[in-house]
Amino acid sequence: MLTAIGFASVYIALKSQVSTGSLGYAAFFFALYLVAHVVARITVPLADPYLLPMAALLTAIGLTEIYRLGPSSALRQGVWVVIGVGAFAATLLGLRRDYRVLERYKYIFGVVAIALLFLPLAPGIGESINGARLWIHFAGLQFQPGELGKVALIVFLAAYLREKREVLAQGRLKDWGPLLVIWGGAMLVLFATNDLGSALLYYGIFLALLYVATARLSFVAAALGLFLVGAYAVGRATPHVQERITDWLSPWSSKPVPCFFSPHPVLRQECASYQLVQSLYGIAHGGWVGTGLGRGIMTTPGGQTIVPDQNTDFIYSAIAQEIGLVGAAALLLLYMAFVLRGFRISLAASDGFSKLLAAGLSFGFALQTFVIVGGILRVIPLTGITLPFVSYGGSSVVSNFFLVAGLMLISNRANRDQAVAA
Amino acid sequence: MNTQLRHLAVVSAVLIAVLIGATTYWQSWAGGELANRQGNAVQLVTQLQIDRGTIFAANGTRLAWSVPHKKGGLTTYSRRYPTNGAFSQVVGYATTGQTQTGLEQSLNDFLTGSNTTLTNAFSQELDRLGGRTVHGDNVTLTLRPAAQMLAERLLAGRCGAVVALNPKTGAVYALASSPTYDPNLILQRNGYAKIAKIRGTCGDASALYDNATQGLYPPGSTFKMVTASAALDSGAYTPTSTFYDPGYCVEYGRHVSNASSPDGRAEAYGNVTLAQGLEHSINSVFCNVGKQIGAAKILKYAKRYGFYSSPPLDTPSDTIYPSGLYNKGKLFDPKDPATQVDPGTLAFGQERMLATPLQMALVAATIANHGNEPRPYLLQQVTAPDGSIVSTASPSTIAHPISAKTAAEINQMMQLVVQGGTAAGVGFPSSLDVAGKTGTAELNLGNLYDSWFACFAPATNPQVAIAVVVEKQPNGFGAAVAAPIAKAILENLLHR
Repeated sequence: MLTAIGFASVYIALKSQVSTGSLGYAAFFFALYLVAHVVARITVPLADPYLLPMAALLTAIGLTEIYRLGPSSALRQGVWVVIGVGAFAATLLGLRRDYRVLERYKYIFGVVAIALLFLPLAPGIGESINGARLWIHFAGLQFQPGELGKVALIVFLAAYLREKREVLAQGRLKDWGPLLVIWGGAMLVLFATNDLGSALLYYGIFLALLYVATARLSFVAAALGLFLVGAYAVGRATPHVQERITDWLSPWSSKPVPCFFSPHPVLRQECASYQLVQSLYGIAHGGWVGTGLGRGIMTTPGGQTIVPDQNTDFIYSAIAQEIGLVGAAALLLLYMAFVLRGFRISLAASDGFSKLLAAGLSFGFALQTFVIVGGILRVIPLTGITLPFVSYGGSSVVSNFFLVAGLMLISNRANRDQAVAA
Repeated sequence: MNTQLRHLAVVSAVLIAVLIGATTYWQSWAGGELANRQGNAVQLVTQLQIDRGTIFAANGTRLAWSVPHKKGGLTTYSRRYPTNGAFSQVVGYATTGQTQTGLEQSLNDFLTGSNTTLTNAFSQELDRLGGRTVHGDNVTLTLRPAAQMLAERLLAGRCGAVVALNPKTGAVYALASSPTYDPNLILQRNGYAKIAKIRGTCGDASALYDNATQGLYPPGSTFKMVTASAALDSGAYTPTSTFYDPGYCVEYGRHVSNASSPDGRAEAYGNVTLAQGLEHSINSVFCNVGKQIGAAKILKYAKRYGFYSSPPLDTPSDTIYPSGLYNKGKLFDPKDPATQVDPGTLAFGQERMLATPLQMALVAATIANHGNEPRPYLLQQVTAPDGSIVSTASPSTIAHPISAKTAAEINQMMQLVVQGGTAAGVGFPSSLDVAGKTGTAELNLGNLYDSWFACFAPATNPQVAIAVVVEKQPNGFGAAVAAPIAKAILENLLHR
């Protein structure tokens, strides 16, 4: 409760700096979180008390920056947050008795995950944006089904690995079958949609859970090797992936290079790596303390956005410019705190499914943050995925609220079991 | 399972810690280097948001100023200039694309307020954090607009340059170059291309070129000021040293003729003194002086005047060219002048000698200033937006090429030039008390000559030193073409 109020004051302060007229906005979202908090208190009274406020704070930071970049997007994002909180409440209410029933439907989750990943490839509703085919267009709404697919996949993996972890450790091919089939399918879809970032994310989650379940690093090493071989082969065959790696290794070219949108060669920083490079300029401009909210340079005097996708994939760049190293580091520490709370829940949980599920959700959250922010900071090749809770995007917000709900359910049960045991 | 979970938690924490490390790298260590990258759109917009300071002439006339544009909550500034083009090369321009030339380039740190000192660093950081517009400092130049505009008008339609400065302090009053352009063009679409197309009547010179500091011309007889310095200061000659002038000088077995008189014959003066040799600009006299003292000594004195290095002026150093011998477009400093340089023709400013108007004005100023060469400067004062003075010019001397005695002797000889010599017909009023030297540099282009005049006044208490060059003039005697321009500017600056 105290943290909720603390969050609200921060939120109001942030909002009022952008526009004093948006206090109503802040009050509305404060009320919304109060509702979520009350639902959580009733359904999962023993759950970790920090997760929801942290998620709320991240959402507020995201909303604030999205509002600053374009108020119309903030309104739509606000609607998605309402839907997300609704999904959160529904999950808690629906699964408050025992979420472990999910374990029984693991194959359904597996199939649903694959189906969601396949959806953008379906003719008619699928849509390709920035060379990656991971959107569906339905009833005027854009949706990235892969975001929900991620959560479904984690549920499947946790359930399957819990059941088979002993036999898997023995390494019999028969037990590996379903896993490999589902996994192979997922990877195929991901490469077909040209979305390397999600492939990296899902494979990372898979490896992590495999390690937790079997405690066999050799499996992880073998799987990693397979991935690298596969990625190399795909990289050779897919110019899209190859280009991303070139942009990462040498974003600044001294000589003009062929450019997909220009009839004559131009410097790479003016073509393929333009977004990455200009985003880095923006981050560097922020310096230690940043330019201040609303005072960062995001557009040219003509009103054109300097960095494309500034409010989705590149929102970290905008935040880092405006609140500087101090603020960006605080934001990342908030992510770290969230992830470590998640692992705490996983450690406290008493059954294998709960442990694996909490670990999968937590590690997925950390890895997704790493893949997008690391891409922006040139730590790894850039791939477009959302920054959890902060980026503009409905599917991302809703799926992350499912994630919080899941962690809180597990936490509630773990704490209850401990209380009973004591 | 808990062991693996702990490992995974550590891996997750490390992944995010790496991100904090990478953010730190980009926002601190790499920041400065990225800010200077070409094509940094963020920096570009930041620069546009700076209210660049105003450039004032000595009398307060605005030579460059910023006008605000408001659009979508963003205030940006662009530059305006006087449309007459009189100050274009020296003031230069600053484009929205962050290209700068002239003083706009060299004084950029003042004009953008980035001349960080301990006192203003803090207040500027506060301004930046507070999101307030950064106002640059204003600068006041030494240029006198009336003289500068008069010079530009007198040069109009021809190629050339005028340099006028205070011989005691080095304050530059006029630094005019022709052809010129309207710097406001640069803000237009393809502005640079339009300006680059402007050519003077002389054909090859660009309007972007500052002929006063970048124009390399054979100095012709104005170089006799340097030769006379070497001859007198070394003690080899006195003003009364005598010569016999048959109308030519014999060098390497060939005749080196005097300049033709207007009727086309080489003049012969018979028995003359060195002083008369300068008065009438007799080439054979200086040819013999050159042969006697040698090219090495002449070049040594030229270097003492600052030849072979760029004079220190406030404009960008890459737009100030050194004077000296040039061989195939490159500055040529002979290792063995006795065998590599023809001393007879060097003595009257031919050979391969090329000089900028600025350099020749400094030679005249040094003679005027008792042998002390003043440091030329354009920047009189820098004032902060609140009116407080940031810095003020402190005049100094950069060299002492000749003794006060030698300077006085050449001063006397140059007065003779105006009173009864080659510049007698210009009509300098005696009240101006002018000391000068004409130059009519041969170009091997038929009857086309570069017309020179270098002078200072009043001779007894010099206030102004001037060098004028007008390129490729038909029968362009220094006295006929360049000297009248110098006269008009002297009259303007001395209010006569």
